Amino acid sequence: MTLKLGVPSKGRLMEKTFDWFAQRGIILQRSGSDREYAGAVAGIEGVSLILLSAGEIPRELAAGRIHMGVTGTDLVQEKLALWEQLVEPVEELGFGHADLIIAVPKAWIDVDTLDDLDAAAAAFRAAHGFRLRIATKYHRLVRNFLRDSGVADYALVDSQGATEGTVANETAEAIADITSSGETLRANHLKILGDAMVLRSQATLWRSRTAPVDDRVRKTLKELEARLG
Amino acid sequence: MPTRSETLVRAAGLRAMFEAQGALLVEPPILQPATTLLELYGEDMRARAYVTSDALRGEQMLRPDFTVPVVQMHMAEGAEPARYTYSGEVFRRQEEDPDRANEYIQVGYEVFDRADPAAADAEVFALIAEALRGLPLRAVTGDIGVLMAAVQGLQTSARRRQALMRHIWRPRRFRALLDRFSGRAPVPPSRAALLAGQAATDAPLIGLRSRADIEERIAALHEDAATPPLSGREVEQIEALLDVREVMPHALSQLHDLAVDMPDIAAAVARVTAREAALRARGVDTDNLMFEASYGRSSMEYYDGFVFGFRAEARADLPTIASGGRYDALTRRLGQGREIPAVGGVMRPGLMLELEGAP
Repeated sequence: MTLKLGVPSKGRLMEKTFDWFAQRGIILQRSGSDREYAGAVAGIEGVSLILLSAGEIPRELAAGRIHMGVTGTDLVQEKLALWEQLVEPVEELGFGHADLIIAVPKAWIDVDTLDDLDAAAAAFRAAHGFRLRIATKYHRLVRNFLRDSGVADYALVDSQGATEGTVANETAEAIADITSSGETLRANHLKILGDAMVLRSQATLWRSRTAPVDDRVRKTLKELEARLG
Repeated sequence: MPTRSETLVRAAGLRAMFEAQGALLVEPPILQPATTLLELYGEDMRARAYVTSDALRGEQMLRPDFTVPVVQMHMAEGAEPARYTYSGEVFRRQEEDPDRANEYIQVGYEVFDRADPAAADAEVFALIAEALRGLPLRAVTGDIGVLMAAVQGLQTSARRRQALMRHIWRPRRFRALLDRFSGRAPVPPSRAALLAGQAATDAPLIGLRSRADIEERIAALHEDAATPPLSGREVEQIEALLDVREVMPHALSQLHDLAVDMPDIAAAVARVTAREAALRARGVDTDNLMFEASYGRSSMEYYDGFVFGFRAEARADLPTIASGGRYDALTRRLGQGREIPAVGGVMRPGLMLELEGAP
């Protein structure tokens, strides 16, 4: 059995992951053409590279179909209930920083905290007849965060992309999304609520707690962890 | 663990007990339109119930309880007074504890009766207590109405009272509001700047929340800043009320003492007193029955009076075996202009069998 390592299949996240492993003497490569999602590993024995969408890596780790995988903290915590029992963080990779935040129109000069958001939501519902809508794709994380913060009278609406545009398009009144520099938020006339940091995320190497392990994989895991730590 | 058929037999027995009291058997559908439940409970409902959908009917929920559909049915077509019973599966999403069942049988009894609320409360509690007799359970009662009356009686602005009422069921936010209204919590810098007229922006206004909405809130914040802080004495009284946690006779004497300083709770306390008498008349040992003023605050926000629950004393891992309460406001919200005092309770026959089978 080989150790299956799941890595994002495209973009900067893939490149940076390849760089990170290369700095530790492990060469990950896409085999064949750019369009083929197969990979090769050099510099260590017994590892096979599985290229996957970053969003599918949590599920594959949880199901034990890959032994290790690289993906964001945000995706692991959103997609896996009881994630601590399914996966274990091995290393934070120091890139792919993204904070899951709540943002509202910059013109709302009366809203800067969760306390304000809650009060604005109550008044909004009374005036408009429906709950203040927050567009996001991180439903579980945001709902749990707002419940723990005691915010009421809001509704989450699903937005799988271009979330920052939903307020101007009048399909939501606020958003909850990941941001790294905040530039997209500013360009869309949004501001971050000061005390609404839902989650700080970065690209992380995870180890599955459920994947079957034989002697060979155990040996490879040991070697990998020694070289990566 | 009891089998499903054993649980169903037990459920049928409990239902028959309620039918013998004159309850009408009702069978609401498993799939409920999601909008009613979401409208009532908000987004938190999605964390508790399974949502499914089709292109024709939109979002549907697997019923998380029977109370809402029974109230809707009664408000639409029920005769008065009415007693209903039901049994069947309810479905609850469980994302934190794999040992909690996400599907289980519930048997319930609901009373819609204007005549004598104290007697109706006692009827529901006593019937359920009787059905549970012999099990190692501990009953706790409470009354959300007393806390609501205390909040309504606070010497402060209507807006502040309303904000506290809105968060009666969210103890942490309620606490934070009390701290802010009493001046114990500092004013956040962003709020101070706004009140000083130093918050300005050249950003364009986007979205549906309008300039008028924003100005109205700023006016409300100015009004709030000009409102004197809630007195320390009043905050202490609310805290003392929330701390009442005693067997019924002691709890009642504490409530009566509190009512001397908080005359607004007197009527609510009188309801607790009347209920105690009604419970005793039904044979409930009220001398040893717990009353906790904060009981039921973190559950679903439809109980607005009497609340009760039965928990297994030696099995802290088990959820509540039976629970219920009064939900007059829910009938108002679902009644489209009509309302009726209502009280009900549910039991979990599966858990009862589990406890009965335990050595």
